[in-house]
Amino acid sequence: MTQPDTPANQEAHWNKTTRLMLTHLGVWFFFGYFIHFFVRDLNAFIIPVLGFPFGFYMAAQGSLIAFVVMLFMFAKQQDKIDRDHGYAEDE
Amino acid sequence: MSAPSSTVTSDFIKNLGRLYGTYTGAFLGFIVLIAVLEQFGVPNKILGYLFVFFTLAVYAVIGVMTRTAQLSEYYVAGRRVPAFYNGMATGADWMSAASFVGMGGSLFLLGYDGIAWVLGWTGGYVLVSVLIGPYLRKFGAYTVPDFMAFRFGGNFARFVAVIVLVCCSFTYVTAQIYGTGLIASRFLGMQFELAVFAGLVGILLCAMLGGMRAVTWTQIAQYIVLIVAYLTPIVILSSKKYGIPIPELTYGQAIADITAREQEMLRTGLATVANLKPHIQPFINYSQLNFFGIIFCMMVGTASLPHILMRYFTTPSVREARESVAWSLLFIFLLYFSAPAYAAFSKLEVYTNIIGSNVGNLKPWLFTWGELGLISICGKPAASADAVVAACQAVAGHGGVVRLQDFVINTDVIVLSTPEIAGLPYVISGLVAAGGLAAALSTADGLLLAIANALSHDIYYKMIDPNAPTMRRLTVARVLLFFVAVGAAATAATKPSDILAMVGWAFSLAMAGNFPALVMGVWWKRTTPMGAIAGMIAGFGLCVFYLVTTRYFPGAGVAYFGMTSLINPMTGVPLVDIAKAMALPNAMESWPTLAHPMANKVGWFDLNNINCGLLGMPLGFAVIYVVSLMDKEPPAEMQAYVDEIRKPRGRTVLEEKT
Repeated sequence: MTQPDTPANQEAHWNKTTRLMLTHLGVWFFFGYFIHFFVRDLNAFIIPVLGFPFGFYMAAQGSLIAFVVMLFMFAKQQDKIDRDHGYAEDE
Repeated sequence: MSAPSSTVTSDFIKNLGRLYGTYTGAFLGFIVLIAVLEQFGVPNKILGYLFVFFTLAVYAVIGVMTRTAQLSEYYVAGRRVPAFYNGMATGADWMSAASFVGMGGSLFLLGYDGIAWVLGWTGGYVLVSVLIGPYLRKFGAYTVPDFMAFRFGGNFARFVAVIVLVCCSFTYVTAQIYGTGLIASRFLGMQFELAVFAGLVGILLCAMLGGMRAVTWTQIAQYIVLIVAYLTPIVILSSKKYGIPIPELTYGQAIADITAREQEMLRTGLATVANLKPHIQPFINYSQLNFFGIIFCMMVGTASLPHILMRYFTTPSVREARESVAWSLLFIFLLYFSAPAYAAFSKLEVYTNIIGSNVGNLKPWLFTWGELGLISICGKPAASADAVVAACQAVAGHGGVVRLQDFVINTDVIVLSTPEIAGLPYVISGLVAAGGLAAALSTADGLLLAIANALSHDIYYKMIDPNAPTMRRLTVARVLLFFVAVGAAATAATKPSDILAMVGWAFSLAMAGNFPALVMGVWWKRTTPMGAIAGMIAGFGLCVFYLVTTRYFPGAGVAYFGMTSLINPMTGVPLVDIAKAMALPNAMESWPTLAHPMANKVGWFDLNNINCGLLGMPLGFAVIYVVSLMDKEPPAEMQAYVDEIRKPRGRTVLEEKT
């Protein structure tokens, strides 16, 4: 669906883009920093079978997995916004 | 020539999967061949040479085959690199000697606190994708300074951006060449200084001939070598010890074993509470401020490093630029989530096989590193069995058993020596050396290219001679590349610091200089040239000041700028007694070596100088904001350009004539 390149459409597109940016920065902050503030408490919990202390695990693997997943999601979500407003590139 | 060459190229792109698949198969076959040769008794040194020269030859062949004299091919690989392959190339570009050689060792030494580097070097890609990368792709620049110049009113902004780029890339490339020298001197038995220059030849072969295009296709080949090399030893170790070939899952057990062994060492007197740093205990090597500071600086630095950002200029579209960032992080993740496993497995081996063993019974591999001064036992380099015994006898009250405090290993050695520590066949050691070399070379290629492009495209073509013909511009790029590389090698030969610290500085410098201007340039239309330039100079200036003062003028920092000693996070005691250190005759010495009592140990707010970007970046943002508001609003035309950058559809803003 193509929309005209009007200032209103442009602004709507950019507002959605900005909101998506802020959402991802929020999740980024959570996995990059917030959760690690509590590493000492989280370490009290040992992951069954694997044997990792949970706080250690989140820093060494958990947050990393979250970042990878976030990036694939972001590419999809931003592309959808671009398409909805007719600003996506031709395939 | 354009028609046939473009059909050749599209065939090439279509066949990428088959090409690199065959290449990977050939590489695995080569490893098996070397393993067979080892069984037939071919000496280790020859095996090492075979590994290094075979891989170098492959990179050189790819470099020569994909050489180019076309401008857009030279600068941005014709903007035809598919997202998946660009992700792989970025992975190699990104993972340097610091990731491959340095990080496992730091995790070994620092335990939990070392994970700050792992987190910092992955989370930054979120910022690349969300805030900056795709917008620069749409803009259509050849270099990061191109964007600064266009958005911020011309060549003065370009010049400041070039200075930032050269400073951070040069610091970074020095660390890579240092890593190359370390590997070549150990595995080829060359003298360190000579090895540094030998590594350089390999780097130059790829980057000089074919620019971005050649670098891209060699980096993909290098990624495959480095990831195979990194994973092989720990997969073997994991299957041997725990029966499951997925080290990332089994090292939880290794950590539990380390913790148990730590307790045992304390009980039997092999370690004391004062010198044992429990592996999983947080914030005993870095204070909380410095731990989170490193994460933040490395993340933001990622999104500011020109050699990374320019990789996303090579994709066919903005959409693919975003996808490519995701692929990049996936490929990087494969190594980074394995690094803590590396550290855990080697630590367990060292704690069980070296600590507690008799000084007379040490394995011979130790002495090859000891000869280079990288492993010390009882305070002396462990150059030979006799030297170790003699050194330990000289220690008062030494019982003849290696204790934790007797054993000192350089962090850069851990990954390279893990196969030997664990008693694996030498073919694995050779493989790891080839991988480390691939990591160092691929990053050095990317960095040197970024520097050379900035000098030839931004300084020479845009500022000195806008009428220069294509061939002359490319020649200038190649000549400059050569001199920059030789300069970096000369610096590396002096061994300025360890790999990780040098790389950390590069990130902080990039962050303070570039990040505020890049983000504000895209996200705030009101940003004016004067604001951006003032912000770059202020932020970068403060960061450089803090770094240089704490490292090279610590006495002056204390005397004139109110700096105090950093705090030991484990004990809460200052690292140096400032009053005593200031009374020493060398207190005010300038440009001292690392042995100076205050070098790298003073600062403001207990802030490690790796984190100097934490001071510079907020200042940069504040200055850009305030000065821009005082300045008059940018013209409507410029604001329209910013709108264009924000929409993926349509032509690039900047169209380079070729």
